[in-house]
Amino acid sequence: MATLNLIDVKKSYGKDEVIHGVNFDIHDKEFVVIVGPSGCGKSTLLRMMAGLETVTAGEIKIKDRRVNELEPMERNIAMVFQNYALYPHMSVFDNMAYSLKIAKLGKAEIKARVDNAAKLLQLSEYLKRKPRQLSGGQRQRVAMGRAIVRKPDVFLFDEPLSNLDAKLRVQMRLEIKKLQRDLGVTSVYVTHDQVEAMTLGDRLMVLNGGYVEQFGSPIDLYERPASLFVAEFIGSPSMNIIDGHAADGVVELVNGVRLPGSSEVAGAVKAGIRPEHLSLDPAGVIAIRKGVAEQLGSSTLVHGTLDGSDIAISVALPGVHREEQLDDVMCFSVMEQGLHLFSADGKRV
Amino acid sequence: MSGMVEKKGKAAWLVHLGLILGILVVCFPIYLAFIASTVSSGDLVRPPMPLLPGEHFIANYKEALFSGVNTPVWNMLLNSTIMALGIAIGKIIISLLSAFAIVYFRFPLRNVFFWLIFLTLMLPVEVRIVPTYEVVANFGMLNSYSGLILPLVASATATFLFRQFYLTVPDELAEAARVDGAGPMRFFVDILLPMSRTNIAALFVILFIYGWNQYLWPLLMTTDPDMNTIVMGIKQMFPSGDDLPNWPVIMATALLAMLPPVLVVVLMQNLFIKGLVDTEK
Amino acid sequence: MDKRVTFSGWWLPMLLILPQLLITAIFFFWPAGQAIYQSAFMPDPFGLKTQFVGWDNFTFLFEDEYYLASFKTTAIFSLLVTALSMGVALWLALMADRIIKGSGTYRTLLIWPYAVAPAVAGVLWLFMFRPNVGLMSWYLDKVGYDWNHVLNDGQAMGLVVVASSWGRISYNFLFFLAGLQAVPKSVIEAAAIDGAHFWHRFRTIVFPLLAPTTFFLLVVNVVYAFFETFGVIHTITSGGPQQSTTIMVYKVYSDGFVGQDLGSSAAQSVVLLLIVGMLTIVQFKFIERKVHY
Repeated sequence: MATLNLIDVKKSYGKDEVIHGVNFDIHDKEFVVIVGPSGCGKSTLLRMMAGLETVTAGEIKIKDRRVNELEPMERNIAMVFQNYALYPHMSVFDNMAYSLKIAKLGKAEIKARVDNAAKLLQLSEYLKRKPRQLSGGQRQRVAMGRAIVRKPDVFLFDEPLSNLDAKLRVQMRLEIKKLQRDLGVTSVYVTHDQVEAMTLGDRLMVLNGGYVEQFGSPIDLYERPASLFVAEFIGSPSMNIIDGHAADGVVELVNGVRLPGSSEVAGAVKAGIRPEHLSLDPAGVIAIRKGVAEQLGSSTLVHGTLDGSDIAISVALPGVHREEQLDDVMCFSVMEQGLHLFSADGKRV
Repeated sequence: MSGMVEKKGKAAWLVHLGLILGILVVCFPIYLAFIASTVSSGDLVRPPMPLLPGEHFIANYKEALFSGVNTPVWNMLLNSTIMALGIAIGKIIISLLSAFAIVYFRFPLRNVFFWLIFLTLMLPVEVRIVPTYEVVANFGMLNSYSGLILPLVASATATFLFRQFYLTVPDELAEAARVDGAGPMRFFVDILLPMSRTNIAALFVILFIYGWNQYLWPLLMTTDPDMNTIVMGIKQMFPSGDDLPNWPVIMATALLAMLPPVLVVVLMQNLFIKGLVDTEK
Repeated sequence: MDKRVTFSGWWLPMLLILPQLLITAIFFFWPAGQAIYQSAFMPDPFGLKTQFVGWDNFTFLFEDEYYLASFKTTAIFSLLVTALSMGVALWLALMADRIIKGSGTYRTLLIWPYAVAPAVAGVLWLFMFRPNVGLMSWYLDKVGYDWNHVLNDGQAMGLVVVASSWGRISYNFLFFLAGLQAVPKSVIEAAAIDGAHFWHRFRTIVFPLLAPTTFFLLVVNVVYAFFETFGVIHTITSGGPQQSTTIMVYKVYSDGFVGQDLGSSAAQSVVLLLIVGMLTIVQFKFIERKVHY
């Protein structure tokens, strides 16, 4: 039953505050992903949970116990680092066994645990090798194994897949997800890759400039982004944002197109429409002048401008559409629930 | 200028010839010393001296090793070995530790200490020789191994080398060790030291030669012939008056004096070159 | 440059740095302080007590023609040692770089003299040039050249220069060879295709690219000639004849230990200290510049 709670956690370097009061509760066995652009403070936050950075203010609790002053080892956490941080002079076995040796476990117990983890991660035949004799994916597994053998209360992942090539990244992503489910260990995972975040997390926390923008399930974040930042950050290709004006339940975009909006909103707004929420409709009000079309196979991305303006806009059409077969100007309608409105200061309205 | 551009045929032979000539010139003094160590004293006072080995090889080396002039050469070899090992190992140990402290900790006066050590780069022992001698004499360390070794043990070079190396070790390794439950000393012994072993070995080669070849310091420090090191002891083998020096024995001693460091350089050539390049930049 | 992660606590790092600090303080700063302190005192004629004389030791020093001569001797000696050892080494390195096969063997055969102590090198060269009976002096006599470095200033200087340069060739050779091998082959090949001959290629392409190595060796060799050649001079000439091979370091030793003139010796140490300081600054400027390459 490992829960993790952050209560108004702040971090300052000298006078610079980089984390401005973060609150959240992570349930037992939950997989939470912290996502945000580089420099948003996500790694710092993770390292504070690990005990590698001091906590300036607030409280971190693991299993309802305050851990602010505890050494990393005493917190019973395990961490997987971006560059794996394997000890280069030790064999795979010794790398995994190191923490257990320090904890003075018996030889038989250490061997049993390492063998078990190695089997789980398909590393059994590599136990005698040095890290430099392994491929990137195998090193990644060793780093995971090192975390597993300790039977920690919490796993902390610091962008563990960013050094792998694209194909391997997808494969390891699935393995991590499966492993976390099977082991049932509460996990916090930091990444800047929103696809990784969406696919891995039970819940996602979007961090921006040391503030939490939104914390919720991936679908929540996708369907109801709480801010312009989240709207643009989550989803690929990213959301189209168009300036507009709302009045009497109607939103008028800058190029004069009128869309049905909410009656509660009035004044200057930013209208957001995901590329996949625009559907080809000869009767649609949104006319788009074609620029280039990118063939992705399963869908076609059309980049163009709102007809009669120079506002860039992208549309995702399902299936294959040859560029030369597409009309120069196409009309689209917005799917139900497809229009998001944000106030001038970026809040969802 | 090799590769494609290399000249073929005659020009290549000229290059080889030039190199061989260079090597012969460089090696000639040693060859002559070897010849001199295999003949009798008499052969050397009647010029020109022979250019082929004589029959006194065993006799000369035996005399050098077991009786010498002031003290048997084996004794000087022993002193040199102790001094060279003491300097090399001592420097490596104190530098490993101080570099670890400077790189991995934040503590009061850290920068001040750093600069104090740094300044010693500018003070070769030859410059501060007289006052250093007085300090050592005050401690009663004349004619002792500690007097031979300690003043030469502190040097910024080794500390800098290890500092540079530690800085290239990824930060995450220390963090991983902390997460694994290792304290600073455990991290140092289990992870940092094994990772530094090539650097340590390379530095050892250079420092051993440095220690072995010390001349001025042992010359001042050791008035007792039993404490002489071999490099400084050779000069002591020359008679002070008009007597003729015993050249065969002196040359045998000179060859014995250069043998250990030369072997170290030739056998550990790659470490030696690495050490040289590391310490000189 | 600092590490991100650090271990906490201050007594452990203090303990770790203590051995080096102690030795540095006792054998570096105390003696250096002593040298500066002593340079301001002079013993009375009977050697019973010393008295404060301020700058007098320095004033005397720079009025002492022997000291000024040692300046000149040091300059000439360093210049010759640096030029000779670097010149020969560059020549050998250029040749070794031109061959593909066997350059490793040549390297092995050329680097080991580095391990021969200057004092031992001194003995070897002294042996060859013993007046009348040494192999070289005997052959020189045969061709009508009278060799006696015990009496002849120039010959004495020549002998200590050659003996000091000898072992140094290895060192310079290694660095020159490494520098040459770092010159991109494509540049050389391009120049060769452009029709540049060996000497022209060397002058216009290789030498400029070798400039950092050359400058580095220049500084290092001057430092070597200043301080580490004591053994050569002590074994071959003991500074003679008539102080013609007395370099500054040798004078510190002979005035301080043989002459027992501690005040003057200390003042000389201070002067040397300043020279080393300047050389170190030059070296650091160079390293700084190297970073920008």
